[in-house]
Amino acid sequence: MVTSVSRHPLRLCSPSDVRTQREGLQRNICGKDIQQLKMPDHIDEKLKNYRTAPFDARFPNTNQTRNCFQNYLDFHRCNKALSAKDQDTAPCMWYQRVYKSLCPMSWVQKWDEQVEAGSFPGKI
Amino acid sequence: MAHPLQLGFQDAASPVMEELLHFHDHALMVVFLISTLVLYIILAMISTKLTNKFILDSQEIEIIWTVLPAVILILIALPSLRILYLMDEINDPHLTIKAVGHQWYWSYEYTDYEDLGFDTYMIPTQDLAPGQFRLLEADHRMVVPVESPLRVLVTAEDVLHSWAVPRLGVKMDAVPGRLNQTAFIMFRPGIFYGQCSEICGANHSFMPIVVEAVPLEHFETWSSLMLEGA
Repeated sequence: MVTSVSRHPLRLCSPSDVRTQREGLQRNICGKDIQQLKMPDHIDEKLKNYRTAPFDARFPNTNQTRNCFQNYLDFHRCNKALSAKDQDTAPCMWYQRVYKSLCPMSWVQKWDEQVEAGSFPGKI
Repeated sequence: MAHPLQLGFQDAASPVMEELLHFHDHALMVVFLISTLVLYIILAMISTKLTNKFILDSQEIEIIWTVLPAVILILIALPSLRILYLMDEINDPHLTIKAVGHQWYWSYEYTDYEDLGFDTYMIPTQDLAPGQFRLLEADHRMVVPVESPLRVLVTAEDVLHSWAVPRLGVKMDAVPGRLNQTAFIMFRPGIFYGQCSEICGANHSFMPIVVEAVPLEHFETWSSLMLEGA
């Protein structure tokens, strides 16, 4: 008998979660659509409480250049990926807030111009 | 700021600087003790009436003057490493400020919420008001909230500079194309001065740093005014 279970994304998969693949949908490990994880609400909460870029364990040292660049890349990649699937790009705003906090305005301006001109060196 | 004939450090305005200050006192005390002992021994050697033509040996004193220096070194190393790891602790800042070095001025950017950026130039000596400090005053100050963990990302637009504020125990090189992170908490309000600490051309001595720590409400008022004025 299948009892009702919470919709927490980390719960174990039940047989009713397994779905057939459909084109254009992102899957988590239980075969759920991303929308069912209620991503936009989490993001709204996080963006509302945003103070500054939090500690990122990938960049624990003094040199934060890569932290800034990585978030800039992640923002554009996120936008590109979600737009391609016609999904809401609100989750990408997190990356934008972080790179705006970390990156000097002149760097962002230069990169934005390069992105528009198609000469940005990073892979988006 | 430093005052004439000053011997020690300026008063600390951040916890790390306070630790550094105490450690310096501790290490300097050890240095004074050793120097005094050595000076005393030298004087005693010079002024003694005793003479001895034979080489003596003594196991006891050999042991003492091997073990005692090792113990002293450990007593210096332990607080030193403690401070080193304290400075490296992961902190969760409340505010990020970018300090960008140019020839020959600093610019500060507060971009967590809105895009606030401004340049700060030294006030020339002939334009100083009475009571202001020569070569240290700037037309804009980097205003920060007191008792908030801060992250400052230091970089440069042209050549090497270095962002230093002695009272905070901060010195971080500004390298073009690189973002160097430093973090501190200011535990007292006030105005703290620093100077560019990496040779950067003709006016290297004339690009000071002024940090002003104020209560949070005043910081919010100041940032709103700066945004309106921009």
